[in-house]
Amino acid sequence: MSLTLDQVRRIARLARIEISTTEAEATRDQLNGIFRFIEQMQAVDTTGVEPMAHAQDVAQRLRPDQVTEQDQREAFQAIAPDVEAGLYLVPKVIE
Amino acid sequence: MSLADWEVVIGLETHAQLNTRSKIFSGAATAFGAEPNAQACAVDIALPGVLPVLNRGAVERAIRFGLAVGGRIAPRSVFARKNYFYPDLPKGYQISQYELPVVAGGSLTIRVGEADKTIRLTRAHLEEDAGKSLHEDFHGKTGIDLNRAGTPLLEIVSEPDLRSAAEAVAYAKALHSLVRWIDICDGNMQEGSFRCDANVSVRPRGSDRLGTRCEIKNLNSFRFLERAIEFEVRRQVDILEDGGAIVQETRLYDPERDETRSMRTKEEAHDYRYFPDPDLLPLEISPAWIEQVRSEMPELPQAMRGRFQSEYGLSAYDAATLTASLETARYFQEAVAAAGKDNAKLCANWIMGDLAARLNREDKDIGAAPVTPRQLAGLAKRIADGTLSSKLAKEVFEALWSGAGTDADAIIEARGLKQISDTGALESIIDQVIAANAKSVEEFRAGKEKAFNALVGQAMKATKGKANPQQVNELLRRKLGA
Repeated sequence: MSLTLDQVRRIARLARIEISTTEAEATRDQLNGIFRFIEQMQAVDTTGVEPMAHAQDVAQRLRPDQVTEQDQREAFQAIAPDVEAGLYLVPKVIE
Repeated sequence: MSLADWEVVIGLETHAQLNTRSKIFSGAATAFGAEPNAQACAVDIALPGVLPVLNRGAVERAIRFGLAVGGRIAPRSVFARKNYFYPDLPKGYQISQYELPVVAGGSLTIRVGEADKTIRLTRAHLEEDAGKSLHEDFHGKTGIDLNRAGTPLLEIVSEPDLRSAAEAVAYAKALHSLVRWIDICDGNMQEGSFRCDANVSVRPRGSDRLGTRCEIKNLNSFRFLERAIEFEVRRQVDILEDGGAIVQETRLYDPERDETRSMRTKEEAHDYRYFPDPDLLPLEISPAWIEQVRSEMPELPQAMRGRFQSEYGLSAYDAATLTASLETARYFQEAVAAAGKDNAKLCANWIMGDLAARLNREDKDIGAAPVTPRQLAGLAKRIADGTLSSKLAKEVFEALWSGAGTDADAIIEARGLKQISDTGALESIIDQVIAANAKSVEEFRAGKEKAFNALVGQAMKATKGKANPQQVNELLRRKLGA
């Protein structure tokens, strides 16, 4: 399997990354290199091996349903680019 | 062709906000109505380096739901990242479940007219809510409040088993009642705690192929759900009858114009690029945990309906009405416990009749009824033993409602409302009525039944309504030799 230039551009758009044609071409070649590794791995017979959802074979630890976090809005908003009335301000979103 | 030639196919996706104290992956509070961003901690606003830790309370509520609908609780389920860009989603992805949801299958029974219908559920999965975007003018910018970000949601997906807007509403109401019944969601629709997306398509009646569907988003009232589906069905039928084709898309219902309109061309499912979240290990639920949750489950509405019929001899309709909400069922059970099993039907009638009407008129919930179940039981007892006529009972009920007395007996005593059942006293009153209404007596003897009613009326008036009308009837007929 290999990616086309259009597919690379589409992935970049979904990730909101602006790339030039030169960058897109370089990225395509690098990604295709990774796909070649994957192809090798897929050649391994995995019959009877249960797919893993995580690299570690342990289960999720749960925390009790308790409020442990205090309000730190002031500290967080001190490093935000733009705030008003307690809100984070971002460029206008138009649907 | 007309609307009747088309079959409507609907599936609902419902987001129930779980009533945990803290968020699904962080220890921030979930309380509604806080100052903007005062309940958004480092995890919720996605500061670099933070890690999510799953809330046990959210999982337990999902188990409760799975048990209530007879679904399969997954012994192992996986959290996945659903990737998309929006400013109120600070991580750039929503943590959800994709391939292995916590609950699979199950069903919900709804009542359609006189019949029961079983609606199959596809799945229910845990996920986090996003924040809120405020598009009012902040100097041409959008304001972001992340208090809601990370609030636990259970997304409940039905199979496309619903065949009309009315069925969709019946399903949504049954689900709404159930999540409150098992106490996993407060069900507050105005605050967005329970909201529905409807997948709607139409097909020619008799066809077994599904038509192209549209998804209507964020319907936060039963009325909007019904009207949005009705509009959408007409829109799709019009397009198809004109030879057009339905475009699969997400639509938004506008209650002011009573129409749905296109929201955006939905990014295809694979554009979300779901993959297992490496920050979260698989969730394991042991059989022991499931059994523990099962042992703490309340009696479910379906079972309670059956029991009300067999134990108290109520009709299917009465049993369904009394189990429509946990509050109503609790009220009824407390009333019956105080009034006795023999008075169950009487209690049911008063709850569904006078009490419901009065609550409705004052826009109150049964939980906030000024007349307590115990007070209603006291009233029912005095009706059952003949102390109160139905007319006097209403007066006592009003007095209880307005807080004029602590219980029915005290009100009866204070107002002298006891029904006159002393035959001797009643006889002398009737003798007086006969003597004073010679004309009516004459007419009655001449065969006018109406005149008899007038005499009964006079006797009731003379006793200020305290006589037992049936007894007056009997005595009067006997005295008039009829």
